[in-house]
Amino acid sequence: MRYGMAIDTAKCVGCSDCVVACQTENNVPIGYCRDWIVENVNGSYPNVEIELRSERCNHCENSPCVRCCPTGASHIIDGGIVMVTHNECIGCGACIQSCPYDARYSHPDGYVDKCTFCHHRLEKGQNTACVEVCPTRCLHFGDLDDPYSDVSKALKNRTWKVLAPEAGTKPQLFFLT
Amino acid sequence: MKEELFISGRDIPNIDPFLNIWHWEIPVYLYLGGLSAGIMFFAGLFTILDKEKEMETTVKWAPFLVPVALVLGLFALFLDLKHQLFFWRLYTTIRIESPMSWGAWTLMFITPLSMVWAAVYIKELIPGWNWKINIVDQFEEFVKKNMKPLAWAMMGLAIVLGVYTGILLSAFNARPLWNTSILGPLFLVSGLSTGLAAIIWMSKSHFERKVLTKIDIALICVELFLIIHLFMGFLAGSAVSIEAAELFLGGPFTTTFWGGVVILGLIIPAILETLELAGYKVPVWIPSFLVLLGGLLFRFIMVEAGQITRFLY
Ligand code: SF4
Ligand code: SF4
Repeated sequence: MRYGMAIDTAKCVGCSDCVVACQTENNVPIGYCRDWIVENVNGSYPNVEIELRSERCNHCENSPCVRCCPTGASHIIDGGIVMVTHNECIGCGACIQSCPYDARYSHPDGYVDKCTFCHHRLEKGQNTACVEVCPTRCLHFGDLDDPYSDVSKALKNRTWKVLAPEAGTKPQLFFLT
Repeated sequence: MKEELFISGRDIPNIDPFLNIWHWEIPVYLYLGGLSAGIMFFAGLFTILDKEKEMETTVKWAPFLVPVALVLGLFALFLDLKHQLFFWRLYTTIRIESPMSWGAWTLMFITPLSMVWAAVYIKELIPGWNWKINIVDQFEEFVKKNMKPLAWAMMGLAIVLGVYTGILLSAFNARPLWNTSILGPLFLVSGLSTGLAAIIWMSKSHFERKVLTKIDIALICVELFLIIHLFMGFLAGSAVSIEAAELFLGGPFTTTFWGGVVILGLIIPAILETLELAGYKVPVWIPSFLVLLGGLLFRFIMVEAGQITRFLY
């Protein structure tokens, strides 16, 4: 079991619904976010390319944030999801420094917070909030080890990339190009 | 044109547009750690060499600064924590992979040890000092008989502590400026040099100052050599490393780093110390003060600049 997500950059229109859905679902404090949309513009008119990416924690297989955490608050659970136990976190900020994707933030209550792949929803058999609301259905989530899962099927016939592979973190977010 | 922006809006405090999650607390913590490591290293070294008489300040008086510096340093680290009520969690596990963890544990050992060291010499510092508790007197006797092993332990732990102040940063792959193995030795040497500067400033003995000044000049040369190596490594590295180096080669940190740290904090004190050895009269506090200030500035710059560097994608 290895959770992962595929994001179709060709279909995403950058509406930010996933961002709002996440903020609502996870009670993210105002001014913060666990997922966000990047617009990448390359070239200039008329030879211009735009890529839209819905980004969040990559739930890296080789996660530097878990390695550098002095208390074990950052840890990996079944399915490869990287989690933070709030009442073990001392808020030292080491994991924030260690993340090449700036996916973590310091919650106003002190602990560090980030995307959990909506773990509490997965437990109930539901999909993540962002996948659920995406109007263009450009987000695909599921078990990478299962060839029939939504994410595996999405990755099958498409080219994809991961972000900053040179950071060596083995991210589990795949951007369909 | 290549442009990247958050169209969903993202302006998280201390993270956007540039990471700035560590403020003054961490550089101060690293500085005080390095300074303590320096003093303890030389106190241990000259005890092992049986030079307690000739090097009185090094062995006996300067180590009184160490417990104070370490406790202040730990306090700075504590201030940096954002979830302070849970700080004890640091001491419920040991995580070897996390420098923050084994550093906290090293401090846990080294702080009491430095207090013991200071306690041994307190009767010489304050004549008439009396512990008034039998057991403490017995313990003092015991420690006095075992000064050599204690000195070895101090020296070893001082090196661990000094290197740790660099490794704490260099372990972060995500920050290209920090992610170089030279940072460990560089911070160690810089820490030793600031420790020496403090001792030289305190010392009244001409002989002692002369010995320490010679060592300090050598350390400064090693430090300059390591700094050059650091930049050679960056410039021969990947795009992110080159970008990190550019912050110091024309970027916003150029003047403060080369002017403040390298020239004022290393080269000028080294010249002044050489002149002093050659017999010219130089007020002893000037080179010491410059080295101490340069070391502090160095850590501030490294922590701040490092957070700006990142992976491009
Ligand atoms: S994206 Fe960042 S926070 Fe998420 S697992 Fe990777 S390193 Fe950790
Ligand atoms: S801030 Fe919390 S989760 Fe992050 S490294 Fe420190 S203790 Fe671990």
